[in-house]
Amino acid sequence: MKVPFEKLDKAFENRLRLQIMSVLMVNDRYDFNSLKELLDTTDGNLASHLKGLEKEEYIMVYKAFLGRKPNTTYEATEKGKKAFKQHLDALEQLIKQQKIK
Amino acid sequence: MKEKEIEDELVSIRSMMERSSKFISLSGLSGILAGVYALIGAGFAYYILYYHILDELNPYIPNHPGTVTSNGSIWVNYSNHYYSQVSITLIVIALVVLITSIGTGIFLSVRKAKRKGQPLWSSASRALLFHMATPLITGGVLILILVTRGQYGIAAPAMLIFYGLSLISASSYTFSMVKYLGLCEIILGLIAACLPGYGLLFWAIGFGVLHIIYGSLMYFKYDR
Repeated sequence: MKVPFEKLDKAFENRLRLQIMSVLMVNDRYDFNSLKELLDTTDGNLASHLKGLEKEEYIMVYKAFLGRKPNTTYEATEKGKKAFKQHLDALEQLIKQQKIK
Repeated sequence: MKEKEIEDELVSIRSMMERSSKFISLSGLSGILAGVYALIGAGFAYYILYYHILDELNPYIPNHPGTVTSNGSIWVNYSNHYYSQVSITLIVIALVVLITSIGTGIFLSVRKAKRKGQPLWSSASRALLFHMATPLITGGVLILILVTRGQYGIAAPAMLIFYGLSLISASSYTFSMVKYLGLCEIILGLIAACLPGYGLLFWAIGFGVLHIIYGSLMYFKYDR
């Protein structure tokens, strides 16, 4: 049986990106600070990975102001959700194959 | 990629999905305590209603035992003043039970969240609060309106039904067990609506007994 490694999405190779995407799969919108708190990471690290996902068009960015504070929220795009599901399927297949061996 | 790595990956996905969308700092103990407060409150209400403790305070009630009706029950002709006094006392009891329960719930949730290092004020807890408060406040206001119009019988079933609805609406943001508690409350409320006169009994079962059962199940499943 062929191992479908190529089906794994390169954009999700990083654990943090995968986690960001999981959060956005079950929440319509999520803001930057909540993500930072939940994923327990730094501003710079989170921002760079969010940028990466944005470049892939997997997420949409909404910038707004809450009073004077900037409040940036993120939403998964259809493309992003599809990619995430395919990535999960690929992971699942990998596990199944390794169980057979 | 090794099997262990893939499994780690899947575990982290699952945990992020749960932690970001569900409020999991609810403590089972707060359910048990809320049930105990409700039973104490129901006990007070029972004495006020059936032992006429407020009668002595009421100058409008004549000192006769009332007339015995054909089915053997004693009918005392209370004034409207007496009813409003009793209903205010009952509302105060219900509010005290509500406030102490919410207070205990918040206190124990804060403690559990701190101990487990979970964020308390997250988008999940905000969603939980909103979805719980909407039916609860709607019901509360409706009951107050109806009670001030003299519809005392509606209070207990409506409280149970609206509380059940608020639990079901909030349940997608926390443990799924909350949904079943909500369903039980609604069923109990509807039964109570069919059996006028037993409101207090159903209120005590719904807010007292069910909370204690639910709290114990939660405690043994998640808290230990």
